[in-house]
Amino acid sequence: MSTDLRDLYQEIILDHSRKPHNSGHLDEATCEAQGNNPLCGDRISVYVKLDGDRIQDAMFEARGCAISVASASMMTDMIKGMTVDDAKAAHARFLELITDDDPPQLADDDQLAALIGVRDFPTRIKCATLPWQTFSAALDGGADEVTTE
Amino acid sequence: MNVINGGYPIDEIRKDFPILSEQVHGKPLVYLDNGASAHKPSTVIEQIKRTYETGYANVHRGVHHLSQIATDAMENARRKTQDLLNAADEKEIIFVRGATEGINLVASSWGRANLKEGDEIILSVLEHHSNIVPWQIVAEQTGAIVKVVPIGDDGTFLMEDYKKLLSDRTKMVAVTHVSNALGTVVPVTDVIRLAHEQGAVVLLDGCQAVPHISVDVQALDVDFYVFSGHKLYGPSGIGILYGKEALLELMPPYQGGGEMIDRVTFEKTTYAELPFKFEAGTPHIAGIIALGSAIDYVTGIGFDAITAHEHDLLEYATERLQSMNTIDILGTAPEKAAILSFNIEDVHPHDVGTILDHSGIAVRTGHHCAQPVMDRFDVAATVRASFGLYNTHDEVDALIEGVRKVQEIFA
Repeated sequence: MSTDLRDLYQEIILDHSRKPHNSGHLDEATCEAQGNNPLCGDRISVYVKLDGDRIQDAMFEARGCAISVASASMMTDMIKGMTVDDAKAAHARFLELITDDDPPQLADDDQLAALIGVRDFPTRIKCATLPWQTFSAALDGGADEVTTE
Repeated sequence: MNVINGGYPIDEIRKDFPILSEQVHGKPLVYLDNGASAHKPSTVIEQIKRTYETGYANVHRGVHHLSQIATDAMENARRKTQDLLNAADEKEIIFVRGATEGINLVASSWGRANLKEGDEIILSVLEHHSNIVPWQIVAEQTGAIVKVVPIGDDGTFLMEDYKKLLSDRTKMVAVTHVSNALGTVVPVTDVIRLAHEQGAVVLLDGCQAVPHISVDVQALDVDFYVFSGHKLYGPSGIGILYGKEALLELMPPYQGGGEMIDRVTFEKTTYAELPFKFEAGTPHIAGIIALGSAIDYVTGIGFDAITAHEHDLLEYATERLQSMNTIDILGTAPEKAAILSFNIEDVHPHDVGTILDHSGIAVRTGHHCAQPVMDRFDVAATVRASFGLYNTHDEVDALIEGVRKVQEIFA
């Protein structure tokens, strides 16, 4: 496998896509939103349970590619226990990491590091960002479906 | 070039397409996305250049030399299209932007003039969105009802269900000639005959048929036929609507503007004769002329040879894929053309597409603008390899190798 392909499909990504964490409906969700990539038909629902301004629990249901499912799995792992502001900051940092020309430095143990390979696959960036966009929409009320287009 | 004796001249054909010698991610390009858009032979590319360098001006207007040259070249392309489809008259050939515009033209112009509440439009599950949405729009405007012919588990058009849907309420039957998502060839001769017995009009979407098989609109007795130039090795932005003269004559204009008028006053405007009534505005002049070159190119090879070559590739690719584990082929109708849709178990088509791309292999992944087909098979998307006249058995082997690599990564 070529190097950049291995960067994209790292073992951790494949693991998350095969056995996603936090997959399923969250009955006690206090907010939720739906996301859609009309170009490929991928769909995701993100459920969040807030306790004050803290994210007590987060789950998702997705029909999508390895990148979007792994991204959703890692995202829900990461945001659980965060405050809303910290989670929003994590979203902003994730976008910077995979889309900015001059991305911020990563710590070795950074939970977002696994998905940085997607930078080299411009057609796949939306797969990685859709879960985060949908999460963000859930926090904002989730009235309209999020779309990548 | 003519195929006379012996084999298909694949080496010569490949040399005619400059892009085929490009590399993608350091690998030779293996282009299997012809169903989305086909590449252009040098004759088409050169023709576009030559038009702008030596023969370009606006058409049907100027009295000057260049305008006359451009007009003649454009009308020559119309006659080539007439011959390609075996239309009875060149005025039955309308230049549009693409098949999508052709269908919208018929839905809007013919539909609004002929459909009323309770009338029925029959489509099939196989349709591309461009042969669904224009009919939904006109149905909403007129009160007509859209009915849908189902397909079998192998992707065949279910003729018995079609017969049950047909009635004297049926006014339009709009179906694809060849399915873009599955490759199914629809038995259009029977579809047309049965529709005509009920007094209905038939439109065929020929986008995936015209590049692969010989089409004779008079033998089919079809009322409207559309296709896009860019899938026939011509430029994008140019397409064809064929319509029977008697029908086109009775239809109101689709768009108003220059070129389509006879005389304009603020009291009353009279419209131009066919085909110009439907060609408002300055057309894609160089594109139309180059489409003529594309038609010369494919007819030079001949449809007997093209169909046989592509059929051979499709059979070979189908056999090789079928012999692999964890592969699900969607669309196994007995009659198919040039399209192979499949999924690899537990791997999303987008991941397949990205990995194949890294081997230089271009396939389409997604719903192929045919979401009802995806819903029918309960999948979000498929991987689609679609063949053209320049593809080879070696390229099929490369695809198979690529699929193996995907299976390894996701094992």
